[in-house]
Amino acid sequence: MDAPKTGEFAHIGKSVVVKGDLSGSEDLYVDGHVEGSIELRNNSLIVGPNGTIKATVNAKSVVIQGKVDGAISASERVELRKSAVVNGDVSTHRIAIEDGASFQGKIDIQREPGKAAAS
Amino acid sequence: MPSVADNVMRFFRGSSDQASVPAAQQKRSRRSSGMAEISRLLNSEESLCVLDLGSTSANNIRFLTAKGHKNYSEDLLQASLDPALRVKDETGKLVPDSKKFLDENLTYANGLFDVVLGWNLPDYMEESLVKPTIDRLWSVMKPGGLLLVFFHTRDAGPDAPCYRFHITGTDMLETQEVRLAGSGGKQIPRLQRVFNNRNIENLFRDFASIKFFLARDAIREVLLVR
Repeated sequence: MDAPKTGEFAHIGKSVVVKGDLSGSEDLYVDGHVEGSIELRNNSLIVGPNGTIKATVNAKSVVIQGKVDGAISASERVELRKSAVVNGDVSTHRIAIEDGASFQGKIDIQREPGKAAAS
Repeated sequence: MPSVADNVMRFFRGSSDQASVPAAQQKRSRRSSGMAEISRLLNSEESLCVLDLGSTSANNIRFLTAKGHKNYSEDLLQASLDPALRVKDETGKLVPDSKKFLDENLTYANGLFDVVLGWNLPDYMEESLVKPTIDRLWSVMKPGGLLLVFFHTRDAGPDAPCYRFHITGTDMLETQEVRLAGSGGKQIPRLQRVFNNRNIENLFRDFASIKFFLARDAIREVLLVR
């Protein structure tokens, strides 16, 4: 996946280092370094190929091409692209992992309430 | 969509797309009696805790999470090759420090796992780590939990390719050669030894039961009950 066009996503470039809590109500593309926590409850996070995250992540959907060290919680989906390196627990409804991605941790797929009741 | 010229060239090269894939990336299917037994448990219960000790496999994660189980992944062979773990033994040889290794890996609560997929880990793991790792696995498994491990039945030499395993069905696995990064002082996994039945029984003597399945590809599948 290419980097999203500027304007579609808030953008943290590869030379940017952020330490602390990051929250927002727009989609975010991180190609730099973030340490702390990322809170985007109703929005998406894309971690670019140069992105390194040392943080707990809470978002609607998360796409990872870089490195993430920390727990990830996504209300919709998590995608690990082939260059992704993830160390931490993942909790989400759906997950997609490309061959070549590296993952260490727990994956807990949350059942959607409707489906859980039906099964 | 390939052009007519592409198809003609492919015809004359006598190769398909599959054949052009490097040997190390090609996957080969094999039937697994051990996996069939594990699948019986996975199909009969929900929300089991499963620990996969192989390289990250999208197939395995999909297979396990689709059945409602919690999947834990830890590439233990890769972790065991970390140069930072190496200390000098009495003879001055560099060996991995098992205490340090277990301080950093397999750090789970006791009795957490219902199923552990150990694959071919003991065959490729260095001697000093094998027994301590098996002992730790025993601790983190639930009583009655299942452990699946594979062993070579004959000495294939130190350069025998190390495979990762992708679950493709209840009793089917795909094997793919492991190519760990050779950079940063990391080694390529090498077959360390060949365990005979007696060695295997000794290694897992704390387990409640042991079952052997001899596969056609000179692999002995071993299913253990904690």
